[in-house]
Amino acid sequence: MRVEVDHTRCAAVGRCAGIAPEVFDQREDDGVVILLDAAPPDSDRVREAALLCPAAAIVVHENAAPTPGTPITPRGSHV
Amino acid sequence: MPELKALPIAARAAECPFDPAPELREMLHEDELRRIKVPSPLLGEFEAVAVTRYDDARSLLSDDRLLTGQSLPTQPGNLLSYDGAEHSRLRRMLTGFFTTKRARALRPMIDDVVASRLDALAAAGPGTDLVQAFCAPIPTQVICELLGVPYADREDFRHRAEVALDVNATREEQIQKATDMQAYMAGLVARHRDEPGDNLLGGIVRDHGDELTDIELMGIGNMLLIAGHETITSMLAVAIALLLQHPDQLAIVRDEPSAVDGAVEELLRYCTPATILPRQAAASMCVRGQQIEEGERVVVSILAANRDPRGTGRDLDRLDVRRPPQPHMAFGHGPHQCLGQQLARTELRAALPALFARFPTLRLAVPADEVDYKTTALVFGVRTLPVAW
Repeated sequence: MRVEVDHTRCAAVGRCAGIAPEVFDQREDDGVVILLDAAPPDSDRVREAALLCPAAAIVVHENAAPTPGTPITPRGSHV
Repeated sequence: MPELKALPIAARAAECPFDPAPELREMLHEDELRRIKVPSPLLGEFEAVAVTRYDDARSLLSDDRLLTGQSLPTQPGNLLSYDGAEHSRLRRMLTGFFTTKRARALRPMIDDVVASRLDALAAAGPGTDLVQAFCAPIPTQVICELLGVPYADREDFRHRAEVALDVNATREEQIQKATDMQAYMAGLVARHRDEPGDNLLGGIVRDHGDELTDIELMGIGNMLLIAGHETITSMLAVAIALLLQHPDQLAIVRDEPSAVDGAVEELLRYCTPATILPRQAAASMCVRGQQIEEGERVVVSILAANRDPRGTGRDLDRLDVRRPPQPHMAFGHGPHQCLGQQLARTELRAALPALFARFPTLRLAVPADEVDYKTTALVFGVRTLPVAW
């Protein structure tokens, strides 16, 4: 799977880092998301982190190979 | 023009205070956004747009044209007194202290606090009020650690905090204790200014002391106390009262460590201690084609929204601690959502299983229908929770 995060949307509450710490962390100074692995092995925890992100700042692309530099697609707030 | 309907703040069902009142459920199924009258101790009765649907609540609360600051008296340092860029500036200084990692690092301290309260509860014996013996002291002690309150001051601090925030105390007592607390916070801030402590407030002074005034730092301290005391006390108490009436669900929380995180989310969703969120529109806005005018007040019922089944295909009125991940807004949503939510989760995850493991025969010492729920306060809680084992 391929994962994208939108730092400008991120609300810095750290749901993702709690649910899937192998893929998400938070910056020390302001808590904004750090994506540790943009192409993690298939994981329900990563899907859960995207579903429960209170800012809808995480997008999961299923069955997609990583393609660096792809722009983040604007989307509605509700997953 | 139809007569506006009055909505009691006690928007919980009389026969089951965990459930939304019937008129809220009715609104949940109406297409039109209703204007209601809301009684408020601060503002008197005011008219507001009632928002009950999950999707409406989510889109409105994440819209930065919906303000919170104007609904409340201004308190420097309290995030709820700010909106927009001013709010972001202050919040960014604080978010680094409330990350998942920081909350996790506090777990051993929280476990120690919980263990000491379990010992105190065992010593007090059956018949004890769990609110006074367990639910209230846990968040108070955690806040003392975060603010750097010295051990010698803690008993006084706890007493001041409990009276200042106690809905049953007289207005004079509350004002007196709030004034005392303000003076105590001033002293704490002065001490951190001299020598920043190795704790949360000390860290804020160390990292951002030159950007914040003493009054703002005192406001931050008070905000942590107000936001972290009654909410967690209440959430612990109602969650325990609820689980004692659902022994099968309680057993899962007690016996399955891997189920605890999910169970805490379900309990937060089901209990929704912060029942409503008041807001005000800074500009005219549109919800499903319906206009909210500039200056109109809006009240979001988090309680109703967290039970809104629309689009989920799930029965959200059932308590199911093993439920698959279900988004909820118990911590609010959008820029003002709870700053301390990971800390709150950590306290709940530590306290609930530990209590049921230590007292496997824990039961209510009063009939379930005599539990004294606080349904009219802004935070849903119980006044006393006598237990036996």
